[in-house]
Amino acid sequence: MNNSLLVVLIASGVAYGTPLLYAALGELLAERSGVLNLGVEGMMLVGAVMGFWTVQRLHTNTGVALAAAVLVAGLMGALMASIHAFLVITLRASQIVSGLALTIFAGAVGLSSYLGNDLNLSGAPAAHQLNAVFPKTMQDWPIVGPILFGQNVLVYVSWACVVGIWLYLTRTRPGLNVRAVGESPAAADTMGINVTRYRYAHTLVGGAFAGVAGAVVTLAITPQWVDGITGGAGWIAIALVIFAFWRPELCLVGAYFFGALQALAPQLQARDINLGPTVLWTNALPYVMTIVVLVIVSSGTAKSRLGAPAALGNAYIREER
Amino acid sequence: MRVTFERRLSQPWWLSVVVPVCSLVAAFVIAGVVLLATGINPLSTYRQLFDAGFIESGSLSQTLISATPLAFTGLAAAAAFRMKLYNIGAEGQMYMGAIFGSAAGLYLGSRSSSSAFVIFAMVVAGIVGGAAWASIPGVLRAFFRTNEILTSLLLNYVAGLILTYLIFESESYWRQTKGFNASVFPVGKQLPKVAQWPTWTIDVQGGIVIPLGALIAVIVAVILWALYSRTRFGFEARVLGDSDRAARYSGVRVRRKILAVMALSGGIAGIGGASQVGDFAHALDGDPNGLQKLSYGYSGIVVAALARYNPFATLLVALLIGGLKNAGNTLEGPNFPAGLVGVLQGIILFCALGGELLVRYRMRVHRHGAVPRDAAAAPARKAAS
Repeated sequence: MNNSLLVVLIASGVAYGTPLLYAALGELLAERSGVLNLGVEGMMLVGAVMGFWTVQRLHTNTGVALAAAVLVAGLMGALMASIHAFLVITLRASQIVSGLALTIFAGAVGLSSYLGNDLNLSGAPAAHQLNAVFPKTMQDWPIVGPILFGQNVLVYVSWACVVGIWLYLTRTRPGLNVRAVGESPAAADTMGINVTRYRYAHTLVGGAFAGVAGAVVTLAITPQWVDGITGGAGWIAIALVIFAFWRPELCLVGAYFFGALQALAPQLQARDINLGPTVLWTNALPYVMTIVVLVIVSSGTAKSRLGAPAALGNAYIREER
Repeated sequence: MRVTFERRLSQPWWLSVVVPVCSLVAAFVIAGVVLLATGINPLSTYRQLFDAGFIESGSLSQTLISATPLAFTGLAAAAAFRMKLYNIGAEGQMYMGAIFGSAAGLYLGSRSSSSAFVIFAMVVAGIVGGAAWASIPGVLRAFFRTNEILTSLLLNYVAGLILTYLIFESESYWRQTKGFNASVFPVGKQLPKVAQWPTWTIDVQGGIVIPLGALIAVIVAVILWALYSRTRFGFEARVLGDSDRAARYSGVRVRRKILAVMALSGGIAGIGGASQVGDFAHALDGDPNGLQKLSYGYSGIVVAALARYNPFATLLVALLIGGLKNAGNTLEGPNFPAGLVGVLQGIILFCALGGELLVRYRMRVHRHGAVPRDAAAAPARKAAS
C-alpha cells in the first residue's frame, strides 16, 4: 500500500515541497514588510552551495555537521539578502531590478557556481545527509508512515515555522507592526515604528529562510552539488506567496502541491509509465501549473488580491510621503 | 553629521553618462576585493580579462560572438523595461527564435537557392517565434493582470525543456538522425549553405569578423530609438511606464500597448535566437550545457540596465559585457573559476542600481548641529513630534 503511486507522490510531495515552503515563508516575511525580493533563486543557490560545503569540509559527527550546515546556509542567505535590503531600503533602488540583479549575481552562473568551482564541490556525494528521524517500524505504518514519519527533521521544523509565523503575524505586537509597515509605511512611521529597521530585519530573515531552503535541496533531496541545482524553485516559491494570499498556512498547502508535481516526473519514469512525450510534459508541468494557478488567482477581481501588502514594491521615502 | 537625499527637479544630461561609468569602475573595485578575499590577484585577473576580451589578436571577433546575442537580449529588455514591463523571458524567447529560425532555414534552405530570401525568412521566423512566446505573458498580463515577471521567467524553463526535447529526446525535424556522429551524441541538423548567414572581415587586429547579426542589431537599435523618441507609440509607452493612471486617463489603450511592447521585446530576442543558428551554430543547439548555459537572456538585463535602457548605449555595453563573457570562457580553468564573470555582472548591476540614486537625487551632507532642511520644510511633523 505504501508503494502505491498516490502515497509515494504525497510523501515525496512533502519532501520536495519543503524547500519551496522555506523559501516561500521567507519571501512572505519580506513581502509582508513591503519588500519584494526576486532574488530567492540566487539566495537559495548560495545557501545550497555553502551548506553543502560545510558538510563536506567539517569533519565531526553527522548531527553537528548538519546543524552547522543549516546555520551557514541561513547566514549566507541573509548576507545575500542584505545586499538587496541596502539597495532598495537605503538607496531606494527599484525592488524588481535589484532582485533580478541578486539572482544574476548569486545564481546558477554567478556566485554559487563560482563558489562551487572554487571550493571544488562538484562530483562527490554529500558526506552527511538529512535522513528520516523516526524508527523504521513507524515509517512502515500504512499511509501515514511514509507521509508523516518518513521525513527528515527540517520538514518538522518547517511545520513549526508555519505555526510560528502565523502566530507572529496575527498575535504579537512586532508581527502587527510588520503588517502596518507593509500596508502603510507612512502611517506606521507616524505611530513610531521604525520602518527601515523592520524592513531590514524581515528582508534578512527572509534571506535566511531562502538559504535554509537551498540547504534542504543539497542535504536531503539531491545530496550533491551541481550548478543551478534548484532549477527555478526560487521562482515557484515567489509565485507560491501570491497563491497563498500572503498567508503562511496556505503556503504549506501550495508548497506540497508543487512538490508533488516536481516528484511526478521521476516517479512516472521509475514506474515506466509513458504519457506521450513524458519527459517534456512532466518536467515542464511544475512551471506550467505555476503559471496556470497564477492566472486563476490574479484574474479574479479585487477580492482575490486580498492579502497583498499595499506598499509592496514601493520604497519608503520619509521626505516624499 | 547626517546625509539626506533630495529629489532633483531636473537631471543634468552628463549625469546619465558619468554615473554608469563610475558604477562600472566601482564594480571592478568591489569585485577586486572579492577576488582578493578568495586569494586571487585582481589586477592580473583584470589584465587577463581585457587581453582575452579585447586586445589579443582575434579576440574582438570572439567578443562579437558573445556581444551579438547580448545586443539583441539587451535591446529586448530595454524595449520592455522602459515601459516598466518586466519581460525577463528574453532567454526563452531567444530559444523560440532559434527553433523557428532554424526551421525556416532548414525548410527553405533546401528548396530555394536565394540566400537573401532564406536569411530574410529566417529573421522573420525568429521574430515570429520570439514574439509568440512573449505574447503568452503579454496576454496574461493584459487580460488577467498576471504578473509578467513570474510568467515570462517560468516560460524560460519550459522553452529550455522544449529545446532539449527537440534534439535529445525525440526524432524531430531539427535533429540530425543520419550518420555516425548522430548515433553517438544527439545534434541538430546542419543548415544548408544558403541558409548560413554571411560575415564581413575588417582587416585590423588580425581580422575582425563581423557577423550579419551584429549589423542587424545596429539596425534594430536605430529603429528602437526612433520608435521610442520620435513616434506616438513610443511616447505613449513611456507615459504608461511613468504613470499608469495618467496614460489611462489620456486615452492610451493600455492592453493593446502591453501586447505590442511584449511582442516587440520578444521579437527582438527572437532575432537573437535566429542569429544564434544562422550566424554561429548553423544547427539548433539543444544541449542543456550549450546555449542554455550561456544565459544571454539574463545578461541582457544587465546590459540594458547599465545602458539605462538607451538603445545605442545598449550596443556599447553589449560589446563590453560580451568581451567579459568571451574572456571568461577563454580563461576558464584552475586559476579562473567559472562563475566569476557572472559575479562581476551582478556587481556591475548592483552598482548601476545604486548609482541611479545619484541620478535622481542630490546628496546633501548636513554638518553636526545644523537644522535639517526637511524639518524646516515640514512644520506639521515638527509639531507632531
